[in-house]
Amino acid sequence: MYKYNDFDEAFVRERVSQFKGQVDRRIDGSLTEDEFKPFRLMNGLYLQLHAYMLRVAIPYGTLNGGQMRQLAYVAETFDKGYGHFTTRQNIQYNWPKLADVPVILEKLADVEMHAIQTSGNTIRNVTADHFAGAAADEIADPRPIAELLRQWSTDHPEFQALPRKFKIAVSGATNDRAVLRAHDVAVQVVEQDGQRGYRIFVGGGLGRTPMIGKVLRDFLPEADLLPYVEAVVSVWNLLGRRDNKYKARIKITVHEHGIEEISRLVEDRFAEIRPTFSGVDQVILREIEAHFADPTYKTGSTDGFDAYKAANPAFRSWADTNLAAHKNPDYAIVSISLKAHGATPGDASADQMRMMAELAEKYGHDELRISHEQNVILPYVHKSDLPEIYNALRGVELATANIGLISDIIACPGMDYCALATARSIPIAQEIATRFDELKLEHEVGPLKIKISGCINACGHHHVGHIGILGLDRAGVENYQITLGGDHTEDAAIGERAGPGFSADEIIPAIERLVLGYLDIRRDADETFIQAFRRLGAQPFKDALYPEKAARNAA
Amino acid sequence: MAREFTPKVITTNHLLSGDAVWFTVDSTWTGDISEAELLEDEAHADLRLLEANAQRDQVTGAYLADAKDGENGPEPVHFREAFRTRGPSNYNHGKQAEV
Repeated sequence: MYKYNDFDEAFVRERVSQFKGQVDRRIDGSLTEDEFKPFRLMNGLYLQLHAYMLRVAIPYGTLNGGQMRQLAYVAETFDKGYGHFTTRQNIQYNWPKLADVPVILEKLADVEMHAIQTSGNTIRNVTADHFAGAAADEIADPRPIAELLRQWSTDHPEFQALPRKFKIAVSGATNDRAVLRAHDVAVQVVEQDGQRGYRIFVGGGLGRTPMIGKVLRDFLPEADLLPYVEAVVSVWNLLGRRDNKYKARIKITVHEHGIEEISRLVEDRFAEIRPTFSGVDQVILREIEAHFADPTYKTGSTDGFDAYKAANPAFRSWADTNLAAHKNPDYAIVSISLKAHGATPGDASADQMRMMAELAEKYGHDELRISHEQNVILPYVHKSDLPEIYNALRGVELATANIGLISDIIACPGMDYCALATARSIPIAQEIATRFDELKLEHEVGPLKIKISGCINACGHHHVGHIGILGLDRAGVENYQITLGGDHTEDAAIGERAGPGFSADEIIPAIERLVLGYLDIRRDADETFIQAFRRLGAQPFKDALYPEKAARNAA
Repeated sequence: MAREFTPKVITTNHLLSGDAVWFTVDSTWTGDISEAELLEDEAHADLRLLEANAQRDQVTGAYLADAKDGENGPEPVHFREAFRTRGPSNYNHGKQAEV
């Protein structure tokens, strides 16, 4: 894991002290709200419906046990005993008091964490494949370049007043677990003729105008990464529309000018600035890479794991659902579900955080990840330790065996917290999970991604859900629109709207009809929801959602 | 004919706590919407909003929200404003927990 150097440490401390001064001046009245707002946003502090919200960065979703423990301490000391992990691998505290925020930031700085650039029109927290460094299907750990991008983008003078926010994701694997194609820029580590380099995507994004990212460069040599990404952001910084915030994101710029024109402009700019990069970035990258060396793997028999699995059906179910293939065959990647049926997706209590920290320290080479799917990952676990981990997780209600299933729902905070929301998301997620748990159908239904957003900004990624749910305000009443056939992986697709929306009372029965309808029409138990959708098209799914309309059409 | 003015309350978040608050007849802030001043005249509402926003060391940016005259005082009209009087639906936190 990356360890701060003196520069990082001094920068973060300096920012905390600046923000403390700004908060003091706001409280004594010398700064107005309008004057203060840009400062608080630069430091991740939002104002929501019921309170302030502090968004803390977890760079590329990686943290250690000590950091997780500190997040628990902050939750307990300054908040209401829990935190909310987000789709951008950050954590949000929903109830901080203004005067406490500088103290919280100091406590975070003690463990090399901060809230810088988690808001505002800047380059935001770089996100990564949550299995990075551990996955069996990976060419290389993408986190060193994520850290390089973090260092380059933090307080980058050219990019502090961009047309709009800018989100970068990285992955080193063939299977896309980082939703690369829904980011402003994405970097995928690839190999060509034995050479390592990067495929660069541009112009993806969800929100009001969803777009799938396009390939801007199929193969970029390693040493060109920073100047090339700088060229992309620089071209957009000049071209991006500042007249209309809904048209300001780079996806619109790419759409309006065309990928060829953007590519030409980027290449020109790249040619101009490439010579100014002396190679020091590559020296720094080599230093960063050393921080991400593989752990010293434990050796030993995994027979105990196999025997426990054979003897314990609940453990077997959890192992089948929540473990992923590790590049070391004696190891597993553990996904800890923050989606207990009926719980708030992505929330963890201070006790749960401390347990996860302890397990990481004891069994997981002191490493944890946050996934964009709002779960927590132990990326390095020797299989012989899995029974102990499972039993410890059970003790704190973290052993739900539902990763990738219908109750493993992404949901944004929605109108329960967020000032931008047009409807609630959390209760819908809770009710769907509870309902399918009652029906005992979850495992039979199999892999299925439901993603819920409480407004068109799409923090809940509804466009790329197999089933997407978008909460809207229709004449002063919450209304939920369903999209079908979205995909967040390397086969990325934007879901299509199924038809008229449903009221809060109707939406759960509608989802139930849809899923039961799928069970009726799938070829066999191996055909997943998305596969059946691709084979059959939307119509039979729409018929299940709107049976009256289907009956009328049949008559 | 002038369009009819929907009654309003002035509301915002308290500067220090971030708690939802409403503006009273006495130009103070209350955490209970039923104690707020119901503004039934547009010109008066605009004036009161200026006065409310002048208290810049007390609150964040205040705005006018639709309200109606209920049994015990002003009540919210829109569900968003109703949530602000209670708190989130997933935990017993916020105002609903203080009762």
